[in-house]
Amino acid sequence: MATKFVKNAVGRMIPEKINGKTVIPFQGVHKYKTTGRRYAPPLPSSADYPEDGNKLVVDLKTALKKAGLKNGMTISTHHHFRNGDLVANQIFKIASEMGIKDLVWFPSASFPCHEPIIDYLKDGTVHHIEGSMNGPLGRFASLGNMKGTGVLRSHGGRYQAVQDGEVVIDIAVIAAPTADPFGNANGLSGDSACGLLGFALADSQYAHQVIVVTDNLIPFPCIPWQIQGNYVDHVVEMDQIGIPEKIISGTTRITKSPDRLYIAELTAKFCDAAGIIQEGFSFQAGAGGTSLAIGNYFGEIMREKGIKARFARGGSNQYLVDMLEDGLIDYILDGQTFDLAGVRSMRENPNHVNTSPFTSYNYHGKGNFAGLVDVVILGATEVDLNFNANVVTHSDGYLLHGIGGWQNCLFSKTVILPIPLFRDRIPIIRDEVTTICGPGELIDVVVTERGIAINPRRKDLLKKTKNSNLSILTIEQLKEEAEKICGKPETVEFGDRVIAAINWVDGTVIDVVRQVIE
Amino acid sequence: MSKKGTAGNQGPEIRSDCYVAFDLKSSGGREIILTSKVDALYKKSIQDLAHQILDFFNIKDAKLEIIDRGALTFVLAARIESAINECLETGEEFWLDMLPENQYQTEKDRIRRSRLYLPGNTPRLMLNAGVHQPDGIILDLEDSVAPDKKNQARLVVRNALRQVNFYGAERMVRINQIPMGLEDLTFIVPHHVNLILLPKCESADQVQAVDRKITDILSDSGKDYPIYIMPIIESALGVIQSFEIASSSERVAALAIGLEDYTADLGAPRTKEGRETFFARSQVVNAARAAGIQAIDSVFSDVGDMDGLREVVLESKSLGFDGMGCIHPRQIKVIHESFQPTEAEITRAEKIVRAFDEATLKGLGVVSLGSKMIDPPVVKRAQKMIDLAVKSGQMPDNWKELGTDPDQ
Repeated sequence: MATKFVKNAVGRMIPEKINGKTVIPFQGVHKYKTTGRRYAPPLPSSADYPEDGNKLVVDLKTALKKAGLKNGMTISTHHHFRNGDLVANQIFKIASEMGIKDLVWFPSASFPCHEPIIDYLKDGTVHHIEGSMNGPLGRFASLGNMKGTGVLRSHGGRYQAVQDGEVVIDIAVIAAPTADPFGNANGLSGDSACGLLGFALADSQYAHQVIVVTDNLIPFPCIPWQIQGNYVDHVVEMDQIGIPEKIISGTTRITKSPDRLYIAELTAKFCDAAGIIQEGFSFQAGAGGTSLAIGNYFGEIMREKGIKARFARGGSNQYLVDMLEDGLIDYILDGQTFDLAGVRSMRENPNHVNTSPFTSYNYHGKGNFAGLVDVVILGATEVDLNFNANVVTHSDGYLLHGIGGWQNCLFSKTVILPIPLFRDRIPIIRDEVTTICGPGELIDVVVTERGIAINPRRKDLLKKTKNSNLSILTIEQLKEEAEKICGKPETVEFGDRVIAAINWVDGTVIDVVRQVIE
Repeated sequence: MSKKGTAGNQGPEIRSDCYVAFDLKSSGGREIILTSKVDALYKKSIQDLAHQILDFFNIKDAKLEIIDRGALTFVLAARIESAINECLETGEEFWLDMLPENQYQTEKDRIRRSRLYLPGNTPRLMLNAGVHQPDGIILDLEDSVAPDKKNQARLVVRNALRQVNFYGAERMVRINQIPMGLEDLTFIVPHHVNLILLPKCESADQVQAVDRKITDILSDSGKDYPIYIMPIIESALGVIQSFEIASSSERVAALAIGLEDYTADLGAPRTKEGRETFFARSQVVNAARAAGIQAIDSVFSDVGDMDGLREVVLESKSLGFDGMGCIHPRQIKVIHESFQPTEAEITRAEKIVRAFDEATLKGLGVVSLGSKMIDPPVVKRAQKMIDLAVKSGQMPDNWKELGTDPDQ
């Protein structure tokens, strides 16, 4: 039976059903609202739990069995260990050995270390993944090898999907750097310390069964309890749950590339010229090398002006911690911690606070911190002439990044994408992006090494920077310049099969990814 | 019959470059095998280019393998032509279109604070060089190019001169030492190069040989634009001959010093304090000034040490140099900042230029400031300092209209 497609509000063709479920096409920013009540997991009774509070079971397999693992279930994990996670692969290895089929993996993100999951996708243990797919998994899915259709959501969209009941987590497996037998857990200490566990918060609250896995079991109480034991069913102790040096990933160092540093410096100069960098402002910069450099340049400007920021949001690391400790920032509101300096600071400094997708990103929250941020710096693989941007696929169609908090951060007051005008020969400004992840109406500025384009909607920014010595061009001029250097790109042909859906923050589908033809 | 030629670079770390293997055959038609990182977007364009070049050289039977790592057209074309040259003496060159915006000229005494070295066989580093706004870029055919890559580099540099926009930077090429450097000129001079750096220069004859060759090539190709020469003094003999070299040709716009080779020649280790090169540096400045041209200092090779660089530039400025070489784009900003005039220098220069304007307006032959007479060279230097201050963003370009600072 042929799938019917409908056109959504950004002009993309969306199938009516994905993985057998009816899909709501994107209707515009803030246009779609669900009604009713939040999803709720089954009601537990403390009478069913050990009186002494000891929820330890002998191993992960036993815990999964006790949790009732069976065909077709949805299993969630978090990505605070990034490329050093040792737990997710084990879950599906156990499931495969038990002959379980058609699971849905619902990670908050996947990494290249999860390549072994390909085997479990092949043998039918896993039906599909609802979460980011990159590296080998992205390639596998892009070529149409996954049985079901992938669903990519933002961090906030993940919380929304759980609260809507769009995704029902049967079993959440929460890898915890430190935990007690009751299930209280945090990311602050232990060999696998990762700072916080915010991405596992929704999972702990809404999953039917919650398993905490740790390699640093301490006697009750584990303080602070970032994950509350009162949500937890089983606790498992293991020799090792993560590889510390890979938890601290390589993307968290300031770039040494002169071209990227140049773009970073230009971005900071733009913010300065636009009057954004002022006493009490706030910013969020991502984990990429360029973003880190921008934070550093912000610091230089703040020192020069003798001002400080009220708060910085985002992944924390040495650079941000230095700024906090130098008094350039009052608070770090941290969503994920990228290095040991960040972990230490969060453990010791009361002004370094952990946040979660609930505080910052959730569509069903009564407001979000993300919207309070003055300026956010984000990446993109492509931007089109309407400022729509892509962050998940390459121009050749391969999935290569997750959405992360990217869509959620678009709600900040000023959104800047500092990107090179072309990568190798691939121009970044396109007539149309391969995959729309964010609508252009939320994207304000594109900073490239060859000029800055401001969204015509932002007349205020255009006016403020008119008399600066910055090279302000139109997005069309940037595209022309890129094509002059690289040549006009040819049209890429994709297969008919939809291999992944890109959800918007409200649960509607903003675009789909099609199969790559090799 | 089968003849093979290769060019370019390959490997996972290679970016914005390609590897080409050309196999000339006597029958069987053309076969083009393309593997490209960007084939989703540029497959047809790369194949069309390959056919265009094969047509140009009238090649009907050949196998051409291209392993592309995101090379731009100017690189692909240079690599394909190089691989063909290995098999065929065509006596012809395949020229891509010359960008209209690359056909600018520069002034003999233009500001030359920074000049960024770009290895001639590494196209990746050329793409964004102009973005960093050095006063000049140097496409290098000499030390940064391995001896067996010289032919390839010539074509990359030639194509870069035609197709890479350096956004107003003075377009310089460092040729090889004479005599090989004279051959390089054939591939450089017809393509709107602004300045030729002549390495390890030891005599006026060498400069004059370059001068004559430039003049010949320009007239043979029916072109007429200024091409300057910057000899680089890199030996004890060169230092001794520096004035003869500096004054050997109208084309000589600046005299540079290269300290790595000079200290090797001297037999003294190069130190951070630089006492061993003090004489040579002063001699080069003196010779340049005596010949009425600019003096340009060597490079600072520790790209991570910005404070060290700043110290060296300030010393360089104090010795009388007008500029320095850079081996990394990050050095440009520090060099520009350090060469920029001080507040006191600007104030004095402004007074002198205003006094000159006033004298000219009144028809006076003599310019004076207070009770002191000002000589024409002083006025000229003050004007240059103002130009530099404007270029460094220290004063607006309409400063004259803004009137005098009441504090003065």
